[in-house]
Amino acid sequence: MTVATKERKLTIARAMAEAIAQEMRVDERVFVMGEDIGPLGGVFGNTRGLHDEFGSERVRDTPISETAFMGAAVGAASDGMRPIVELMFVDFFGVCFDAIYNLMAKNTYFSGGKVQVPVVLMTSTGGGYSDAGQHSQCLHATFAHLPGMKVVAPSNAYDAKGLMTAAIRDNNPVIFMFHKALQGMGWLGTEKDAIVHVPEASYTVPIGKAAVVQEGTDVTIVGITSGVHHGIKAARKLAERGVSAEVIDLRSLVPLDRDTVIESVRKTGRLIVVDEDYQSYGVSGEIICTVAEQGVALKAAPQRVAYPDIPIPFSRPMEQWALPNADKIIAAYELMENNA
Amino acid sequence: MKPNRTQKLWMYEQMHTSRYFEECIEKIYMEGKSPAFNMANGPIPGEMHLSNGQEPCAVGVCAHLEAGDVVTSTHRPHHVAIAKGVDLDGMTAEIFGKKTGLSGGRGGHMHIFDADVNFSCSGIIAEGMGPAVGAALSRQLQKKAGVAVAFLGEGAANQGAFHESLNLAAVWKLPVIFVIEDNAWGISVAKSTSTAIEHNDARAAAYGIPGHYIPGNDPLAIFEVAGEAIDRARRGEGPSLIEIETYRLAGHFMGDAEGYRPDGEKEALFARDPIPKMRQHLIDTESWTEEQDQELVQRSHERVDLAIQFARDSEYPAPEEAMEKVFA
Repeated sequence: MTVATKERKLTIARAMAEAIAQEMRVDERVFVMGEDIGPLGGVFGNTRGLHDEFGSERVRDTPISETAFMGAAVGAASDGMRPIVELMFVDFFGVCFDAIYNLMAKNTYFSGGKVQVPVVLMTSTGGGYSDAGQHSQCLHATFAHLPGMKVVAPSNAYDAKGLMTAAIRDNNPVIFMFHKALQGMGWLGTEKDAIVHVPEASYTVPIGKAAVVQEGTDVTIVGITSGVHHGIKAARKLAERGVSAEVIDLRSLVPLDRDTVIESVRKTGRLIVVDEDYQSYGVSGEIICTVAEQGVALKAAPQRVAYPDIPIPFSRPMEQWALPNADKIIAAYELMENNA
Repeated sequence: MKPNRTQKLWMYEQMHTSRYFEECIEKIYMEGKSPAFNMANGPIPGEMHLSNGQEPCAVGVCAHLEAGDVVTSTHRPHHVAIAKGVDLDGMTAEIFGKKTGLSGGRGGHMHIFDADVNFSCSGIIAEGMGPAVGAALSRQLQKKAGVAVAFLGEGAANQGAFHESLNLAAVWKLPVIFVIEDNAWGISVAKSTSTAIEHNDARAAAYGIPGHYIPGNDPLAIFEVAGEAIDRARRGEGPSLIEIETYRLAGHFMGDAEGYRPDGEKEALFARDPIPKMRQHLIDTESWTEEQDQELVQRSHERVDLAIQFARDSEYPAPEEAMEKVFA
């Protein structure tokens, strides 16, 4: 380990804002719009300070008109700007999805590659704080399923800054999903492991590259956002009983780094996928399919720890029961051991 | 502002080009589709929405636009594309699904993109409005010349996107003009059945912007009103809403039996065909001669014939090219 490196711990919210500010300083085309992203700094803190520095032309509050401003982001991007637009809760996609999946995602293809749509759409995901079923979803697969959008979802502040910088510089629409419980907002309860050292100088984390956050030999735990932290906690507990778990943070869903997953499962022979999105037809199934299609030899049937196929309930005991957690991952591992 | 002779002749020629283009497409569309009509067959498969009769909306507005101005159009886009100066060869080849099409055959007739003249269209009602607002915002932010025009049908005025876009354009005072081509029918549903007010220009008042209604499908009147609205936008005074009474001389799409039309409506509309009316106007006011007319018509037809020949002669894309251009 390097010594005497000054730790500069940031929350994901601060890291996102820092990446945006740094790109706005060097690229006049970058601007931000969305609901409450101006003087308030974003409901989830990820545009804090931007309005003070750049003013209301480039950091503009919108009316509550997602259809219009998502469409406007497409039009501005096609005309040479690089908009960053916020969909406050991913759950709100229902009021504006046409502009996202029919325009933002398809115009490059429909134009034979002649029109570029460099939009960053940042949106909050996840539950766990009893906000009920219209403000707690992840919807990873909903966006990842439809072609034409890149999709990233960081689990820590270092990746958040690097992925945001990469997203802004990308010439394609990038959906940037940030999990509320990892955001570092005290009032949402904060995952401390998401607050990590973030270099001040600008850098990128490549879109489409997973990270092996912990190496291991007995089981591969693949996660995204909150699922990564559940995986890390489970790995610690498994280590206590002598089980060596490898934890992979997908970081990007589109493009999906299938190679890193396949390579890991070839080594461990066991696979558990953790996803706070709904279980069926989702990321967890896609990862297991990736391994199955490659004919990777498995020591046990793969398992998934995902959100059950129900609307997210309000009541604390019901919601907490339904959410993925480390204990469920351990239970999944035990099931694999018993069935081996 | 009234159009001068050059502008009138430009509009007249574009109307002829557009009409003849649609007449050709109509014939070719039916190739391979009889005796059984199957939309998937023939050299031009898929849905086909013809703009016969709506030419005045396109020419009266686009007469004021330059290549740098942005236009978004609808599922019925050919007349607007032609008036905006879209590459006719590339557009025709795109409609045929050929490799030489503007988008290499990926878009087709409802997804025509010509970045050289800032034209695009799409197949969902009112969908072009947000992008027009965004293009106008881009010009405002970049302090770059140019306006955006969103064309839409009267049915689009009942979409959420319509109201959101008008409000957003107004609150940000953007250089954008919304042009409603009111052809009275949303497929088979009459405007009076779907819309709570007679003319949608009244809805501009809700957003504190000028609203104009232009009766009569008259390119000269459209030219005047659109010119004022576009100049206003260029001066930085914000958006306008224009509703134009126009006529859909064709069905909603090819294959539409149009059983919903009242008896005699089509005949009455053809009696008011804007192209012969414009010719008469030129004869009355510009000493337009039969010889000049034939020359102009022939020129416009030749242009279309060449584009269609280009499209017919072009190769289809290799199927696996479908996998390309998903990302920039």
